[in-house]
Amino acid sequence: MSAIAVEPSNRGIAGALPRAAARALLLVVGLAVLWGVWEGYRWLGIREHWTWPFKVNDTNMPHISKIWHAFGQPLQPDGPPLRHYLWHYAIFTGKEALAGFVLGAAIGFFLAVALSQSNMLRRGFLPYIVVSQTVPILAIAPMVVVGLGTKGVSPWVSVAVIAAYLTFFPVAINTLRGLLSPDPEALELMRSYAAGRWKILWRLRVPASLPYVFSALKISATASVIGAIIGETPASLQGGLGYAIVNFNQYYSIQPANLWATIIVCALLGIVFFLAVVALEHIVLKRAPENVA
Amino acid sequence: MSAVSIKGVSKQFEAGVTALQGIDLDVEPGEFVSLIGPSGCGKSTLLRIIGDLTKPTAGTVQVNGKPADRARRDHEYGIVFQDAVLYDWRTVSKNISLPLELLHWNRSRRNARIKDMLELVELTGFESHHPWQLSGGMQQRVSIARALSFSPSLLLMDEPFGALDEMTRERLNAELLRIWQETGSTVVFVTHSISEAVFLSTRVVVMSVRPGQIAGLVDVDLEQPRTNATRESPRFFELVTQVREQLAAAGARLGETQEPALVEDQV
Repeated sequence: MSAIAVEPSNRGIAGALPRAAARALLLVVGLAVLWGVWEGYRWLGIREHWTWPFKVNDTNMPHISKIWHAFGQPLQPDGPPLRHYLWHYAIFTGKEALAGFVLGAAIGFFLAVALSQSNMLRRGFLPYIVVSQTVPILAIAPMVVVGLGTKGVSPWVSVAVIAAYLTFFPVAINTLRGLLSPDPEALELMRSYAAGRWKILWRLRVPASLPYVFSALKISATASVIGAIIGETPASLQGGLGYAIVNFNQYYSIQPANLWATIIVCALLGIVFFLAVVALEHIVLKRAPENVA
Repeated sequence: MSAVSIKGVSKQFEAGVTALQGIDLDVEPGEFVSLIGPSGCGKSTLLRIIGDLTKPTAGTVQVNGKPADRARRDHEYGIVFQDAVLYDWRTVSKNISLPLELLHWNRSRRNARIKDMLELVELTGFESHHPWQLSGGMQQRVSIARALSFSPSLLLMDEPFGALDEMTRERLNAELLRIWQETGSTVVFVTHSISEAVFLSTRVVVMSVRPGQIAGLVDVDLEQPRTNATRESPRFFELVTQVREQLAAAGARLGETQEPALVEDQV
């Protein structure tokens, strides 16, 4: 037996623990660097009176500690602290984003499957799919909210639809590319087995497309959160992060830390979505390490 | 009844290039026939016409007495390409199992056959490896196991060892001969290695380029089983020389001045 089978080595617990520790350390170091850069820029900017690209002061760049502190401060006297509100806002927006993500991913996937089946369909429809993304979401959002609202659909569903609008595109484009990725010989092989269109789709094209699908889902995961946040604004929907951003914007000059805290929560929500997709990918895909980005 | 019967087959591509012209060839059951010729002589195209993966412009092909498309639908042949064309997401076992699944074999029958196939290509112990964990030679052995898994009587091979190093190639040549004898199948084998063609075949079909035509046939009377000693025998060298001279004569007829073929065995 000539060849050596390459076995991935770092699977054991003995290897996993130091790796986890190293990752945690890296995260801490990364956050510390970020903190240092922010505070360093702030200190220098105030001392040197920098006005470009923006004036550095307590409003534009509050201390990180102040932002951290804001999470614990009550919004109204004797009310619950900010983190309590933000938690509920995040759950609310997260629900919209998740619904939009699932809806958009499903639409994108099945659209790609349909387009993969015919050159003519592809040539006819692909331009419109591209055009759909050149229309500003801020213009579409009110139409969706009003349009669906008159049909008695609850506003959060409208927001989910807007999130889906941002989600489906990368999924459709990447899945289509993945479905068309098998090389001619792989298709000839299926033809030699007299496999029909349907079998070629499920046994070859779809499995071959999965790495592409997951690349797209990673983009869509964060886009769906953004879509949900943006969608809340024209929907005048209260109770989500979009509402919180609009609200805290109005008080930015006196309480900038509240908006910054909300931004951090928005970012965390996006990261949670992203990591969920990464975890799913690890479960579903068993590929060559270089094929799992 | 011939295993493969080719009558008056021609193939023209849309660009007006004539890939094959007037091919007549019969392959008898149990034969090992190699198609050899320069790039662009249409040998791969001819193999694909036998497999009904591309249609001839003129002429007919029969496999085991059936028209080529009927034969393909009846799973009369297995095919091996230059690349192993294994599915990355399937293990070695699952790759061998692919045609069996498409033929609706039940699980226990599939598993029994996979075990036999792994033994045949000497890959027992690698069933749960993924293709990317195997060397090129091992991947090609999986590909051969997959092609033979449903016991087709005909094996079509398109330069299966072309991408491998010389030593691996020679070892796999010997293995292929053993497999051919154990299974009693008929093999049509495309190559551009003269020594490979002579070592493996019972008959070598020499093809010329532009248009692709059969320039000559060489019967290989080397005795079986063939070993490394066969490669060193005087008769082996005689036959290699014979094939080489036929290839040269085919090239000379066309004139050596013309530019190299543009059509690289296209499908």
